[in-house]
Amino acid sequence: MRKVYTRPRLLKRVPFHYCPGCGHSVIHRVMCELIDEMDLHDRIIGIPPPGCSVFAYHYFDIDMAESAHGRGAAVATGIKRAFPEAIVFTYQGDGDLAAIGTAETIHAANRGERITAIFINNAVYGMTGGQMAPTTLSDQVTTTTPYGRDTNIEGYPIKMSEIVALVRGAVYIERTAVNSPANIRKTKKAIRKAFQAQIDDLGFSLVEILSPCPTNWRMTPLESWQWIDKVMTREFPLGVIKDITGKTDAD
Amino acid sequence: MNGNSTIAEAAIRAGCQCYFGYPITPQNELTEYMASHLSRKKGCSFIQAESEIAAINMVYGASLVGARAMTSSSSPGISLKQEGISYLAACELPAVIVNMSRGGPGLGSISASQSDYFQATRGGGHGDYRTIVLAPSSGQELADLTHRAFDLADKYQIPVIILGDGMLGQMMEPVEFKHEAPEELPIRSNALRGAKGRPSRIIKTFTSKPAELEEINWSLFRRYQLIKKEETACETFLVEDAKLIVVAFGIAARIAKGAIKNARTNGLKVGMLRPITLWPFPSEKVKGLAKKTRHFLVFEMSMGQMIEDVQLALEGKGEVSFYGRPGGVIPTPSEVFRVVSRLYHQKGLESAK
Repeated sequence: MRKVYTRPRLLKRVPFHYCPGCGHSVIHRVMCELIDEMDLHDRIIGIPPPGCSVFAYHYFDIDMAESAHGRGAAVATGIKRAFPEAIVFTYQGDGDLAAIGTAETIHAANRGERITAIFINNAVYGMTGGQMAPTTLSDQVTTTTPYGRDTNIEGYPIKMSEIVALVRGAVYIERTAVNSPANIRKTKKAIRKAFQAQIDDLGFSLVEILSPCPTNWRMTPLESWQWIDKVMTREFPLGVIKDITGKTDAD
Repeated sequence: MNGNSTIAEAAIRAGCQCYFGYPITPQNELTEYMASHLSRKKGCSFIQAESEIAAINMVYGASLVGARAMTSSSSPGISLKQEGISYLAACELPAVIVNMSRGGPGLGSISASQSDYFQATRGGGHGDYRTIVLAPSSGQELADLTHRAFDLADKYQIPVIILGDGMLGQMMEPVEFKHEAPEELPIRSNALRGAKGRPSRIIKTFTSKPAELEEINWSLFRRYQLIKKEETACETFLVEDAKLIVVAFGIAARIAKGAIKNARTNGLKVGMLRPITLWPFPSEKVKGLAKKTRHFLVFEMSMGQMIEDVQLALEGKGEVSFYGRPGGVIPTPSEVFRVVSRLYHQKGLESAK
């Protein structure tokens, strides 16, 4: 019989603590496959700051360290500068990367730090119980926008990937989703490209992944997949936002 | 050489590989020296970070992979770094943090002050932790203690604070550097370097089990007890026959020394205790001195912070007076001499046995 699927070697054999239908487990799985396929296990270091995925180090069988909320890009910078042979990634949520860690993210990108940010956008603060995130959509109900996000008061969903794309040191930025087998495959491809940009010493790379949070969205897993397609991608369109990895000049 | 550059040169000679900083007066010469002398050095890295917070987190990253790393700032900037210092302490990571402190609170002044004593010696950030705090009082000591700071940080896997002030940073003094920069330093055995030929490694404190965190806290506490026992340091000056002992640290001790010399020529038996480690505080030494001397004058460039440690050490066995100038005002030796002699007479120490 032909073996078509196996548990990735680098995914530890422990049960996930994530909710049913959460996107983190899928993203963990594709990343573990990828790290193995790209033969990066020996030199990769991951930084998961606070958020649901702060426990990522329980699942990835690679070197990992915690960081303060939002400081992932600065910690990754310190790692890469002190140990340039390492392949360094952060695994950050939308609150982490697009609110409290905005400065660290933009400036690491601007310096063209050879690091990769995996940016999980689920439009809410998941771990703390579903509060408004910087990426929460207009009119979206969260525990801190009980009447729906009023852009007149709470501002607009922030498009962090597009903002980061404006700085010269960022070389590869793509937005994907994990709400269908096809999109999951595209996500894996995007992360491969982002890691490759780092391996090739080109600059800062970022993959934003629209990821379902059925618990805080008060939806079934299936409904949350559909919500990404029907609602979320209208505000956050999928696709490559910036790719200058083919050029030698970073502008 | 000015004090700030002295620290930078001493750090490079201690094998500091990474420096991450952010401009703030009165410590900019340190950052600038690193930009000139460390940034192009092989295997080293210098970044002028986007913020104090980013700088300390870069230090955290460099320390994770086993590099000797340092940041420096002055009071308001050090407040911003406290988050990162707490994480360094929690994850048992070595690092050297320099505070060339200035007047506060708030934006305060850019003049020298000692009002960050509490912040430095009580941990400073959130959680139950301490850092080693070294208090140099001369250009030479800036060099020597900077070197020592890196060794202590590595030995105990702990962040070490060098608590100087704006005056020490700006003062020009001759300095002898006793060390050459090492060719190569060994990589710490618990560093994150990628899981090559060994099981993967996690550096973290976060846990959903309070008992697990309690164990981490106990383990830190045991190390703190060891540091107290092994690393407490202080200098005494003319204490043998002293009827009054001035307790002062850093630049204030330098000022006090002038006053004490003047007092001696006037026949007043005054001595000095100068803590070199502010944490651990030389409590045993203070207690020992109280066996022969009853009167202590704590002199600080603040409203009185170290005085609490002196009182705790004395356990009510001595009489403690205080003189302080907050806000970045620099007292003169003659001013301190007047305070010393007034106190001496008030307490009737001329006639005391």
